[in-house]
Amino acid sequence: MRHLRQPSFRLPPAPVRTAVRTGITALLILAMAAIGGTAWAQAGVDAGLDHDSGQGLAPVGAASSPRLGAGQGAARAEDGAPTTRADGVTIDAVVQPTAAEAEGLPAQPPVEQRPAAAQKAPAPPVQTAPTQPPSLETALPQLAERSFKVKEQAAQDVAASGDPRAADLLEALLGGKLYYRTDDKRIVLARRSGDGYTLTDALSGEDLGSAGRRDAKKIIINNRMRSRLRGDIAALTLASPDASVRLSAAKRMIDTKDAANIQALKTQFVVEENPQVRDAIGLGLAIAGLRADTPEERLAAVNDLKGSLYPEARNALDKLIRTEPDQTVLAAAQAARADIERRLENNRRLETLFFGLSLGSVLVLAAIGLAITFGVMGVINMAHGELIMLGAYTTYLVQLAMPNAIDYSLFVAIPAAFLVSGLFGVAIERGVIRFLYGRPLETLLATFGISLILQQFVRTTISAQNVVVENPSWMSGSLALNPALSLTYNRLYIFIFALLVFVALLLVLKRTALGLQVRAVSQNRAMARAMGVRSARVDALTFGLGAGIAGVAGVALSQLTNVGPNMGRAYIIDSFMVVVFGGVGNLWGTLVGGLTLGVANKFMEPSTGAVLAKILVLVFIILFIQWRPRGLFPQRGRAAEQ
Amino acid sequence: MGPLTPLRGDTGGQVMLAVVLLVAIAVPVLNLAVPDGNPWHVSTYTVTLLGKYLSYALLAVTVDLVWGYLGILSLGHGAFFALGGYAMGMYLMRQIGDRGVYGDPVLPDFMVFLNWKELPWFWHGFDMFWLAALMVVLLPGLLAFVFGWLAFRSRVTGVYLSIITQALTYALMLAFFRNEMGFGGNNGLTDFKDILGFNLQADSTRVALFLASALALAVGYIACRWIVTSRLGRVAVAIRDAEARTRFIGYRVDRVKLAIWTFSAMLAGVAGALYVPQVGIINPGEFAPLNSIELVVWVAVGGRATLYGAVVGAVLVNYGKTYFTGAFPEAWLFALGGLFVLVTLLLPRGIAGLFRLRLRRRTEAPAVREARA
Repeated sequence: MRHLRQPSFRLPPAPVRTAVRTGITALLILAMAAIGGTAWAQAGVDAGLDHDSGQGLAPVGAASSPRLGAGQGAARAEDGAPTTRADGVTIDAVVQPTAAEAEGLPAQPPVEQRPAAAQKAPAPPVQTAPTQPPSLETALPQLAERSFKVKEQAAQDVAASGDPRAADLLEALLGGKLYYRTDDKRIVLARRSGDGYTLTDALSGEDLGSAGRRDAKKIIINNRMRSRLRGDIAALTLASPDASVRLSAAKRMIDTKDAANIQALKTQFVVEENPQVRDAIGLGLAIAGLRADTPEERLAAVNDLKGSLYPEARNALDKLIRTEPDQTVLAAAQAARADIERRLENNRRLETLFFGLSLGSVLVLAAIGLAITFGVMGVINMAHGELIMLGAYTTYLVQLAMPNAIDYSLFVAIPAAFLVSGLFGVAIERGVIRFLYGRPLETLLATFGISLILQQFVRTTISAQNVVVENPSWMSGSLALNPALSLTYNRLYIFIFALLVFVALLLVLKRTALGLQVRAVSQNRAMARAMGVRSARVDALTFGLGAGIAGVAGVALSQLTNVGPNMGRAYIIDSFMVVVFGGVGNLWGTLVGGLTLGVANKFMEPSTGAVLAKILVLVFIILFIQWRPRGLFPQRGRAAEQ
Repeated sequence: MGPLTPLRGDTGGQVMLAVVLLVAIAVPVLNLAVPDGNPWHVSTYTVTLLGKYLSYALLAVTVDLVWGYLGILSLGHGAFFALGGYAMGMYLMRQIGDRGVYGDPVLPDFMVFLNWKELPWFWHGFDMFWLAALMVVLLPGLLAFVFGWLAFRSRVTGVYLSIITQALTYALMLAFFRNEMGFGGNNGLTDFKDILGFNLQADSTRVALFLASALALAVGYIACRWIVTSRLGRVAVAIRDAEARTRFIGYRVDRVKLAIWTFSAMLAGVAGALYVPQVGIINPGEFAPLNSIELVVWVAVGGRATLYGAVVGAVLVNYGKTYFTGAFPEAWLFALGGLFVLVTLLLPRGIAGLFRLRLRRRTEAPAVREARA
């Protein structure tokens, strides 16, 4: 088994997509590290080490890398063959790193169990294929026979043929799509069309035209065949050149009790180099090992399952704990179970943290435009939520305009939403707000009126119902860090997007001429004007900037929530809470405030429920304002006194 | 000093109260004494509608008291209104007795529906009218006292205060939406049968409730007027115009604020208690921040810091709402939104301001305009 631990193979360059995702993961983990503290250490262990026993910290994204070239693979199989034959059984014991390894201690193979295990079970041959494999061409027609016995043998032969088409054919047989023609007993694939079938030859794929209802007959299979077929298909797909196919096959076989399947797992385990597939196969073998006859073997299997995050591992251990007679094994199983529970608990915490950060990033996105108009300009814009809504509706309209390129629609929608909401913002500032500077409460009322008008405007022109905004394909799916923790891409991207928007805004305010003028006007309007700043123009642009950011937030939100005329209302109170909590006039306060509130909300939810968590957060903010009336990061200096 | 002393010099208030008195006499007569077919007959629907407007008017007066004279823009006064309404609603629920859908002698329908076995402790005693009436003022008063004590002591002012009052009513709305709270969740309290033994559907009960609303408005108005003409009221105006200076002169700003704020909340509770039996339902929607903001607009439209302007604004805006939502449902939000914008831009002192401007154009206007929010 030593060869299995050798860090021997270089992975081929991963496709670009994978590289991007890996980078994103790294970024996320870094972000988590900044906040998560100790939890991060566990994340690293779970994310990196668990995937692979041989390669240490393998890149997480490597899972989807294509298989090695045929030459390399063959060389390796040869290389490993003697050892494997010598003690084939021990393969199933080499699955997971032990807890010690995960902790970074030197790996110690649990020597004491190995010899016993090896002695007990004689080494089965690795290659199960007989010398003369039956050919697909001869085996397939047998399926048209009436006897189930013949059919079963035929299916076996098809499976054993080694033909690449075999798996698909068996799948079709299992799914009831395989027929035979009544006149010449030719095996065909049939699709219902009208009154009859459209037939294609099962072997050549040749189009045989349509046939009447009585011209083709379905090949009937019984339950016994069905279960065998499932095993055969799994074994066949386990040898597929496509790593993702192998992975799903391995996962299907994790709970298998079928001896042939276990043999297939063992065979593949020797040659498998994809860490995730290896992981799954090893898990299946270890679970099978739990049913072994000797306590030593079971103990070895238990040790292999230690730290596995697959739910199957947990269930198998639970089952073992209920039935295990041997005290040593029982104790080990209970320890392993507790260890798994602890890891799962850590993963749950990480998941909650991720949800919290995701909610927090939404809050930050919604609030950051407000942080400019309210924080920097001192204008209370109650129509902020409606500017977010306009951004979301812009996304909807952009997608209507380019229905065939939904994947790229967001890249069009972001600048479009910025412009639409920004222009509305400038219009609001020029039309209403500029007459109300210095009267914050009146501003509040007037902008609230504008928000009502905008809502009704959308209801009248588009629809009072919610509209459907589609997710681009690259936003769907999720990133599986380990079997117990996966992060959905849309939330991940929106988190990153929120950070990007934040940084961009910070740069605009700190590094551009406009930003300098904005800060000057907000600190001392009269003095700024005396220095030649055109304060009216700066006001309009600043408000437009804040409104534009709200529009961009709307694009992001359209990917997470319903888009409807009322959506702005849902965010306005939360946004104000974030800004007030973080401290008016401070962008960093908004970032920290939003993320804190999001995480706090999600960590309370399991024990209190979503609504109560929200109420508690609101009460907390009300009390917090009493304690620090100017938020987390209060503005200092003369400007703060006004 | 008679009970009407506070009205001295308050021409607008005198006119307003005279109109209310006139309506309070005319409407019951036209409803009860004039037969149905007669063109002078006032339908019971109209009586109830007017009663609703009057309770809104009282609510608007309470908002004007704190916003116009104390400078606190409350975006959460709907919460006090709704709390008073819930206290009254609980009494009305207990009055249903075994006439509910499930016929349980003690438990209201929604509790039977939720499979509750006994009455939650806070529902006990609400079958007695005096206790419910006490709670109508005590509950909002207590909430306002605690909230105000915290907020004013730590000198939370201006926009911050407005926003946390909004958070307060929003949090209460979310809380009352939960079934576990024991207030009927989403559906609230409804299906009331009678009040003090009188059938709620009867014309005479409706007229009585209308009269009670008119009386409450008149008494509440005079009480608020009494406050603003007293020494306390003068200090309040001083706080509104220059809080720091008032504090430095030696007044306990937080206590003045707390007293008026709590009184205002209690009066809002009374308005809510009168509102609920007339509309026949109270649900968490009354806590919605939108409602609270809307009632600030009634005050703004009528004219801030006049008290009678709040009454005028509440009645006019609500009449407009009734008309628009019936005739052009699409246009109501446009109209309301436009009203917000136009009033703040063009009529900073509301409708009352229009009259007063004509009377003493030169003397007072700049001073009030200076008074910052």
